[in-house]
Amino acid sequence: MQKVYGSAAEALDGLLFDGMLIASGGFGLCGIPELLIDGIVAAGTKDLTVASNNAGVDDFGLGKLLATRQVKKMMSSYVGENAEFMRQYLSGELELEFNPQGTLAERMRAGGAGIPGFYTKTGVGTVIAEGKEVKTWNGQDYILEEGIFADLSIVKAWKADDTGNAIFRKTARNFNPPAAMCGKVCVMEVEEIVPRGSLDPDHIHLPGIYVHRLIQGEHEKRIEQRTVRKREEA
Amino acid sequence: MPWDRNQMAARAAEELEDGMYVNLGIGIPTLVANYVGDKDITLQSENGMLGMGPFPFEGEEDPDLINAGKQTITELNRTSYFDSAMSFGMIRGGKIAAAILGAMEVAENGDLANWMIPGKLVKGMGGAMDLVAGVGKVVVVMDHQNKAGESKVLKACTLPLTGAGVVDRIITNLGVLDVVEGGLKIVQLADGVTEDELRAATEATIVG
Repeated sequence: MQKVYGSAAEALDGLLFDGMLIASGGFGLCGIPELLIDGIVAAGTKDLTVASNNAGVDDFGLGKLLATRQVKKMMSSYVGENAEFMRQYLSGELELEFNPQGTLAERMRAGGAGIPGFYTKTGVGTVIAEGKEVKTWNGQDYILEEGIFADLSIVKAWKADDTGNAIFRKTARNFNPPAAMCGKVCVMEVEEIVPRGSLDPDHIHLPGIYVHRLIQGEHEKRIEQRTVRKREEA
Repeated sequence: MPWDRNQMAARAAEELEDGMYVNLGIGIPTLVANYVGDKDITLQSENGMLGMGPFPFEGEEDPDLINAGKQTITELNRTSYFDSAMSFGMIRGGKIAAAILGAMEVAENGDLANWMIPGKLVKGMGGAMDLVAGVGKVVVVMDHQNKAGESKVLKACTLPLTGAGVVDRIITNLGVLDVVEGGLKIVQLADGVTEDELRAATEATIVG
């Protein structure tokens, strides 16, 4: 079992094809797979459908894949920070499937857990419910949402051992575990690959069974909204 | 004088009780955290955190620690982190006692619209649809009228809904209204606002 690769290009080799569905971890620019996104930009894979909560900003994160017109469709809950996204969407170049944030997370989790569909009350009575099966339990309506089964997952963790057992840091966990779970193949990038036995097995957030390929690298970790308080307020 | 933003936030904070787990939206709802006083309130940030602390001191920002508005924040000694599926599991599962949210429009049947204006910039609903469908109590905090002076408290929403029949209480600059059978019930008038003024500024049916 050799999961560790030397670079994003090596780790993605043989996994990419035009028209594929990719699930990506991250929330805003927090915990995004920066290196693997760059790798897909470099590979030039086209007509991608990307399931990701957000679409990055113009020059960072998934925004880079939008800039190169490699994305055909986004499945997201919020895309407000990306002007190029708006331009492509409003001109009809880019398809967009809005998913409520929790529905998107659960669709990924469900896909990874072998559940093709589930019922949720999120979105009942809204445009999200249009065309979806409705079922009633105890007088409450629920709509059918489908699990996401991605061709590839790209995720980012803080540390992992060489078997892929991974630990995330603070709110950079976000969509990474469910995104990792829903791919046929999952490639993970981490800040540090540590030796087997150095992570406490009780503290693993994502077991290595979900991780097929692993790379280590430097991350920019850009901050989207830097907010601070003055020291004298303390 | 109608309530200002801080007075609306202070009034919204009165909705919170000791021990509650609460999600606060962006805008005036964020200010509610400044008015919880001694109450033991745990704030949820739906990107995967319970026990949200204040903004960091300058130089202590951590790119791995942000709130749902993508702002840098801090943790507390009670903080826990989890993934987005679990985060919305606790929202959808009714574990979060209350959400305090802003709105573009609220209707007398509890319908809420706060995520899109057709033909204008479409940003997305984020976690708002999950929150209003799942949490115990939905409190809307907003100005009673828009900039053109038109009521935002309507008989029926004109904008695409975030949730149908989900709002429990509306706190505006003019007062507090509850969604009840047949329309809205006045709970409280803002300081110096008369019932006639509130009624005149409200398109929705006021009962009782």
